Amino acid sequence: MDFINSHILSLMTFLPLAGAAVILTVPGGRDNLVKTIAAVAAFLPIPLAVQLWFTYDRTVAGVNVASQFQFVEHYSWIPSINVEYFLGADGISMPMIMLTTIISFLAVIGSWNIDKQIKGYMALLLLLETGMMGVFCALDFFLFYVFWEVMLLPMYFLIGIWGGPRREYAAIKFFLYTLLGSILMLIVMLALYFNTTDPETGGHTFNMLHYMQQSTHNGWLQGFDVRILLFLGLFIGFAIKVPLFPFHTWLPDAHVEAPTAISVILAGILLKMGTYGLMRISFPMFPDVTKWFVIPMAILGAINIVYGALCAMAQSDLKKMVAYSSVSHMGFCLLGMAALTPAGMVGAAFQMFSHGMITAMLFFLVGVVYDRAHHRDIDGFGGLAAVVPVYTFFITVAFFASLGLPGFSGFIAEAMIFIGSFGVFRTIVMISASGIIIVAAFHLWALQRVFLGPLNPKYAQLEEINAREIFCLAPLAVMTLILGVYPMPVLNLMNASLIRLVDVVKMVI
Amino acid sequence: MAPISIDAAALLTSVQSIVPEIIVVATAIFVLLLDLAISEEKKHLLCGMGLLGIGVALFSVYALGQGRIEGFSGMIVHDGMGAFFDVVILSACALTFLMATGYSEWEGTHKGEFYSLILLSTSGMMFMAKGTDLMTVFLGLETLSIPIYVLVGFHRNRMSSLEGALKYFLLGAFASGFLLYGIALIYAVTGTTKIPVLATMLYDPRILASPLFLAGTGLLLVGFAFKVSLVPFHMWTPDAYEGAPTVVTAFMSAAVKAAAFAALIRVLLVALPGMQPVLWKVLWGLAVLTMTVGNLSALVQNNVKRLLAYSSIAHAGYILVGLVSGDVLGGQASLFYLLVYAFMNMGAFGVVMLIAQKEDEGYDIANLAGIGFKYPALGALLTLFLISLGGIPPTAGFVGKFYLFSAAVKNGYIWLAVIGVLNSAASIYYYLRMVVYMYMVTPDVEVAVPRPPRILFSMALCASAVVVVVLGIIPRSVLEIAERSVLSLLM
Repeated sequence: MDFINSHILSLMTFLPLAGAAVILTVPGGRDNLVKTIAAVAAFLPIPLAVQLWFTYDRTVAGVNVASQFQFVEHYSWIPSINVEYFLGADGISMPMIMLTTIISFLAVIGSWNIDKQIKGYMALLLLLETGMMGVFCALDFFLFYVFWEVMLLPMYFLIGIWGGPRREYAAIKFFLYTLLGSILMLIVMLALYFNTTDPETGGHTFNMLHYMQQSTHNGWLQGFDVRILLFLGLFIGFAIKVPLFPFHTWLPDAHVEAPTAISVILAGILLKMGTYGLMRISFPMFPDVTKWFVIPMAILGAINIVYGALCAMAQSDLKKMVAYSSVSHMGFCLLGMAALTPAGMVGAAFQMFSHGMITAMLFFLVGVVYDRAHHRDIDGFGGLAAVVPVYTFFITVAFFASLGLPGFSGFIAEAMIFIGSFGVFRTIVMISASGIIIVAAFHLWALQRVFLGPLNPKYAQLEEINAREIFCLAPLAVMTLILGVYPMPVLNLMNASLIRLVDVVKMVI
Repeated sequence: MAPISIDAAALLTSVQSIVPEIIVVATAIFVLLLDLAISEEKKHLLCGMGLLGIGVALFSVYALGQGRIEGFSGMIVHDGMGAFFDVVILSACALTFLMATGYSEWEGTHKGEFYSLILLSTSGMMFMAKGTDLMTVFLGLETLSIPIYVLVGFHRNRMSSLEGALKYFLLGAFASGFLLYGIALIYAVTGTTKIPVLATMLYDPRILASPLFLAGTGLLLVGFAFKVSLVPFHMWTPDAYEGAPTVVTAFMSAAVKAAAFAALIRVLLVALPGMQPVLWKVLWGLAVLTMTVGNLSALVQNNVKRLLAYSSIAHAGYILVGLVSGDVLGGQASLFYLLVYAFMNMGAFGVVMLIAQKEDEGYDIANLAGIGFKYPALGALLTLFLISLGGIPPTAGFVGKFYLFSAAVKNGYIWLAVIGVLNSAASIYYYLRMVVYMYMVTPDVEVAVPRPPRILFSMALCASAVVVVVLGIIPRSVLEIAERSVLSLLM
């Protein structure tokens, strides 16, 4: 028990990897055994996450104070360049850790109908989970980078092998875009490493928390021009992941080609890494540049909101529409963060969590209809509500949640973001608000074309959603509803940290 | 005439300093003689004998340790650096022999001279890595090159093999000429060929300003640049790599590069640190050109051997990045990378060798189609080696590249690091292209049937894979050894 408590984050990170290793030893042909092992390996982090939930102290902030991080594990890894194995959680990472465990487990369940090379698929999916957990737990920049890259390859293979017809193109595009981002990050990491000193030992360090103490910065880091360059390097790296306009073009391709469960993970967790990186790394390490850059960030956020929504409206492919709606929703995160107010920041973080659940539902639902009809053309259906009422119920819930109807978590997040940012940049917020109308419009329009109107006779025999699929959707729908009415459980988790984050950025003159 | 007195103690130390080399040469001769004595069916014994010899040589390196043993009045030295490169070169040689167990059977290279040429070349490399006199370096270079010329053309009936051999021989002969001429010019100005003595003379500004000396240094660099195939001296590489029997290609790519870089590192860090202000610009340019041209050319290759040849050019560029900075971190990074590179590149060649059923035709990239699922172990191994070559964590290739580029950043060569990482990103594209073929392309015809590997062959692949993964996760001890080796040089 002691071991579990003192290594809880490591366990959550590496249990899936252990599962992947076990899967590789299973002899061929035992597909159900492979799926069961994968489900167990992806499930095990959930009780640990529950344990985290109950033991996490919500009163301390973390962010830039090492002693306030919880569940810390701190060991030396490559001593010659002071790389550390340093994990810890605070209010910025806690919601993301929770989200990762839930979505990953549901993704494994959602992959039950994969029949091609199930062994490789599940092993890669679990490896992906390890990478994602690692990114959210790492407090050493080198370690963060390693996990960030570890996550790339499984994703590449999962899209490239199990994807749709243009999978090779989509996979390589995803890979090269993200890689470009991560090498920019690598350069910035090296620049930070050589221009900071560990206050205790006097040597160079990869410790992120040291980077956040501006007093450790020396050399190049004292020049504002260089700091701008470094900030932009990081920003582009994270913007590709979010993805922000104009780096978003890989996303629709990747989503359209990826298998359902992989789309779920991609939209549900991977996109959040971009905004998480901004909160964890860019903002506290370069507070001065952040303040200098807020207006461009807000404008980019607004472009994402409006442009993403307009693109979504123009799509005839249901999955592509959902993909562009993610672009739009992630724009809200950026807008909220750029405001540098507590409400905006908390709203942005809550939007990350809420969008993770809602978009996961949407992609699961698109996958359900695609499995049965083998196409996703919005105009190719019609009147499905009469044939598949339960499915229609779920998709209506998901669509309403996604368009920000009060009573769902998305509404709370967006409302907080607008409240937080309206006082800071009025015009931009007013333009962004028009995005909400477009978002509502394309959701309702799609709902109408697919489920209402005269029944398309081709689909009179369409099979209703089955129990396994409901199992994937129900927890997400229930959580979205609960958090829409009473968001405090998640808000309490992150409030202290995000308020501290705003203070850290603002205190610099 | 007075008899020349022999200092027995000095002779003993001298012999001691070259024990591993003596063992390798003895093995080479023994293998050649054994070839005469045994019948055709027992030729695999030759390979076993070679492996045994390499094992003993490796053990002798271990027994000698990293302490400094000077021999032959300062012509040769066994120090940390020498020991490190002995290990790299002997490992590459051992992998070659392990792979040759299968390859020789398929392609008919089960001949005494094949193995003994590889061993002789290995001994030349080791001498080159340990030479502290430009003459020793030159002799080592010739000893390593001449057997390689023969080995490249070992398939007498294949046009491409002969073409590669001839090209390599002609250009290589020129390179040796350049190197020797450079040494002569340096000797003309300084009156010495000893590397440590040269270092002390460079404090004299008159020597540094002498055009003859500059020309000599330039020619010396050209000679080395040929051997490690830096752009624009790389023209021979794709043809020689493509033409050579694949097992020889693997050997060349890892061992020759290591030996030539060893000598280059010794010359740059020991003899020429005084020239760093001038030299770094040249090296900077060479590194950028080499990385960029190597990677861009590799992007369009459809022959796996040529692709790996261009990738090996690009890798020479990465390693040079470590030398541009000219400090301990840079040297340490280069050493570590050369070791890692030997394993990952030979591993990649090994897998490719199994998949291609026949020299020449078998190396088309389309031949990889569908291999990934039909032969999961081979697919996984090749993928591992390729992502390591591409520098993606958690493989050793990533740690190596990380060190190289951090040395550049540390010394203020930001743009070099930026160009380097951009190159590294571009290289991912062609490495992944092979992966795409293995896993994502449905083959037009039947999936190629790889040759069943011999046990020793599989061992070579597994050993490479283990090194690539372990050094990616716990690189600590090897990095420290590399650091000590570079420090031993500067003492």
